[in-house]
Amino acid sequence: MAEAAHIPDEAETRARWGSFAWTEENQRKANEILARYPKGREQSASIPFLDLAQRQVGAETQTQGWLPVPVIEFVARQIGVPYMRVFEVATFYTMFNLAPVGRYHVQVCGTTPCMLRGSDDVLAACKNRGLVKGGTTPDGMFTLTEVECLGTCANAPMVQINDDNYEDLDYDRTVAVLEALANGETPRTGSTIGRQTSCPEGGPTTLTAMVDANHDYRSEWA
Amino acid sequence: MPKLKVDGIEVEVPQGATVLQACEAAGKEIPRFCYHERLSIAGNCRMCLVEVKPGPPKPQASCALPAADNQEVFTTTPMVKNAREGVMEFLLINHPLDCPICDQGGECDLQDQSVAYGKGHSRYTENKRAVTEKYMGPIVKTIMTRCIQCTRCVRFAEEVAGVEEIGAIYRGEDMQITSYLEQAVTSELSGNVVDLCPVGALTSKPYAYEARPWELKKTLTIDVQDAVGTNIRLDSRGRQVLRCVPRINEDVNEEWAHDKTRHHVDGLIRRRLDRPYVRRDGKLAPVSWDEAFAVIKDRVAAAGSNVAAVAGDLVDCETMYAAKALLAKLGSTKLEGRQTGMAYDTSSLAAVNFNTTIAGVEQADAILLVGTNLRWEAPLVNTRIRKAIKKGAKVFAIGPETELTYKVEWLGSDLSLLGNLPEAVATLFGEAKAPLIIVGGAALKGGHGATLDFAKRFNLVREGWNGYNVVHMAASRMGGLMLGYAQAGGIADVTDAAVTFFLGADEVDYTKFGGFKVYVGHHGDAGVDHADVILPGVTYAEKSGTWVNTEGRVQRGERAVFAPGDAREDWTIFRALSEVLGATLPFDSLAGLREAMATEVPALRQVNTLVAFDWNPPSLDTAGQGSLSGYPIKDFYLTNAICRASPTMQRCSAELVHGETFAEAAE
Repeated sequence: MAEAAHIPDEAETRARWGSFAWTEENQRKANEILARYPKGREQSASIPFLDLAQRQVGAETQTQGWLPVPVIEFVARQIGVPYMRVFEVATFYTMFNLAPVGRYHVQVCGTTPCMLRGSDDVLAACKNRGLVKGGTTPDGMFTLTEVECLGTCANAPMVQINDDNYEDLDYDRTVAVLEALANGETPRTGSTIGRQTSCPEGGPTTLTAMVDANHDYRSEWA
Repeated sequence: MPKLKVDGIEVEVPQGATVLQACEAAGKEIPRFCYHERLSIAGNCRMCLVEVKPGPPKPQASCALPAADNQEVFTTTPMVKNAREGVMEFLLINHPLDCPICDQGGECDLQDQSVAYGKGHSRYTENKRAVTEKYMGPIVKTIMTRCIQCTRCVRFAEEVAGVEEIGAIYRGEDMQITSYLEQAVTSELSGNVVDLCPVGALTSKPYAYEARPWELKKTLTIDVQDAVGTNIRLDSRGRQVLRCVPRINEDVNEEWAHDKTRHHVDGLIRRRLDRPYVRRDGKLAPVSWDEAFAVIKDRVAAAGSNVAAVAGDLVDCETMYAAKALLAKLGSTKLEGRQTGMAYDTSSLAAVNFNTTIAGVEQADAILLVGTNLRWEAPLVNTRIRKAIKKGAKVFAIGPETELTYKVEWLGSDLSLLGNLPEAVATLFGEAKAPLIIVGGAALKGGHGATLDFAKRFNLVREGWNGYNVVHMAASRMGGLMLGYAQAGGIADVTDAAVTFFLGADEVDYTKFGGFKVYVGHHGDAGVDHADVILPGVTYAEKSGTWVNTEGRVQRGERAVFAPGDAREDWTIFRALSEVLGATLPFDSLAGLREAMATEVPALRQVNTLVAFDWNPPSLDTAGQGSLSGYPIKDFYLTNAICRASPTMQRCSAELVHGETFAEAAE
């Protein structure tokens, strides 16, 4: 993987994360997750547990979180499966970070629809803000990754930052989102131009007569 | 029983069979990489595509498609040919064209199948992907760029070996096969992934760059590293055995072999005894055969009939019989093979035999292991237990807890438990249809009678089923017992002999023997430290011999190479010595010896069959005595003279048993 981030030295990781255990609240969540699966099928909890663990690591390090090897092993022990099986899952899904990331993990979509709608500008905005692909800014605030389609093509271009999407971006609005995050604010998620979900830009383009009141179109059918 | 047509040939296959199996039944060859009869179906290489009607108008993976009634399968249509060529082209996209420097060359599935089913040229001019090498331990060498992700090794590790340490990480084009964090795979069966790998991604580390398969002479013989009697093929070039691979024998080893079987062969050319020696003034001096015999002659003349023979773990029946015949001529029956002092009752050999048979273990539904670490004592019996568990068997064990690669309920380590089982366990064995007990060497002392009593109480021996098993660790054991290499008091009964012949016996406590010691063996191991005369014999690879495995299966191996220097086949040593001693043995050929041996023990004539031991167990003390504190094998990789001389086995022992780490050489 060309952009593979650097995974810290194993001894260092083990020293830091060797004693990882659920917090009290996460323990409660973990019990709830485990209860969803029949006995003997604890392996099904691999993904939710890894997610929970990544979030806990994130909370402890003030970042989006990542999965150090000892934490993956902790999850494997929790559900009683061999380390390798959970390690495979953690490496398969790109949502699990195998290397430390910053406070905000900026995932810029660069697939065709977003590219046609200006994802190059979004990337340029990130670049000018000091973000480097595959790297974390020195202040530990942002990690930039270029990703493939995140399924928000109607509102292209878009970025996913941690759990939230920011859509309909251009250069300036991208800068604004990053600035707001850097200042500790929480910018409005979703479309940055105020469109409802993935509705047409600037209000309805079809069924316009129904915007204010019900309208019977049947008489107009040719 | 679905009936279907394959290329117009009507076949009937068992319920649950796949289309691929149906094609094979019809005699059609289906190329494949990921499919393997002994592993679960993965269906990810797509090489086995065939056309099936009725069904969607596209090629289908035959390995994962159940055969059904009225199917019509086509394996030679243009669609199939095209599909195979396409799959092959994709597989070769990222496969390096390094066949000339690849160890798999000449026995590579990908090579063979691309010749048979490939396009013959490539349209791909872009860069190929490269993958870093992974460390998998001292046995398996990896060149992961060659990997085609068939996942056979992953499935083998999980399903057969029971160590889930190999896996596929990342995904898509980045997918890589690796051991967990690139640590050594801690399985004694890891060498099998080398055979399973259809390409040259996993190759044998000790055998790397040693030879090409077509320049090797292949000899079929029997493994002597444990008492399972794995059927093997020795590949040799000139006078050296270069590698050892398993043969298929469904009754014994299926198609597996453990790492000691595979990689002890570099011990066959090291530390060898290649000339006779006589100890003079405390030092061993090389002498001629005549001189050595003359020294023995004087000693034997003085000893009269007070001579003994102690058989080592690796010797064949022929050697033991020749020694026995010589001793008989001299008027002695002091024969013993249980080197470590075991003295279990051998009045009925059925009571010390693996009666269920190795393959029979799979049928068991309740298994009790007593004092046996099967993973080290008989790894290929251990894999059968794993198969039994998959069919629903429950396993209990008495002995110190150890990792056996499957779920075991440890009852404790006191042998008195045999007469006092927990209620639930006793009920389970009482109700079991095919209950089984496996008694290890650790429990034979103090627990033999108790296990036989257990067999009686739970009716382990019933119509069509004998659930009483003793697992031995020495290849020579059952043959030795059949030939009378057992004294009532064990080895203590023979230590007072004035002259003792040691047949490759290296595990004996030599300090107990006060008399003159003649060592007939092949390696400079423990035995030579104490021997007064050394007569160089040959290893199992250098002689044709008969071995009886722990289930009483008589098997014969052939000679692969010739012995070094002045070493002679063991039975000829005894024949020559007998003439010097004036007690000439009545045979002067191997055939003659076998005839004489078979006259005395007729069962040894029946090669490849099980000896039928009658079930009439001796009445022994039924109380189990003592607590088990450990198992006889302390180090799996160093159990006999050959593997102790093998650098590969020493490395395995250091790394896998003693946890030493080795820096990898920079390449």
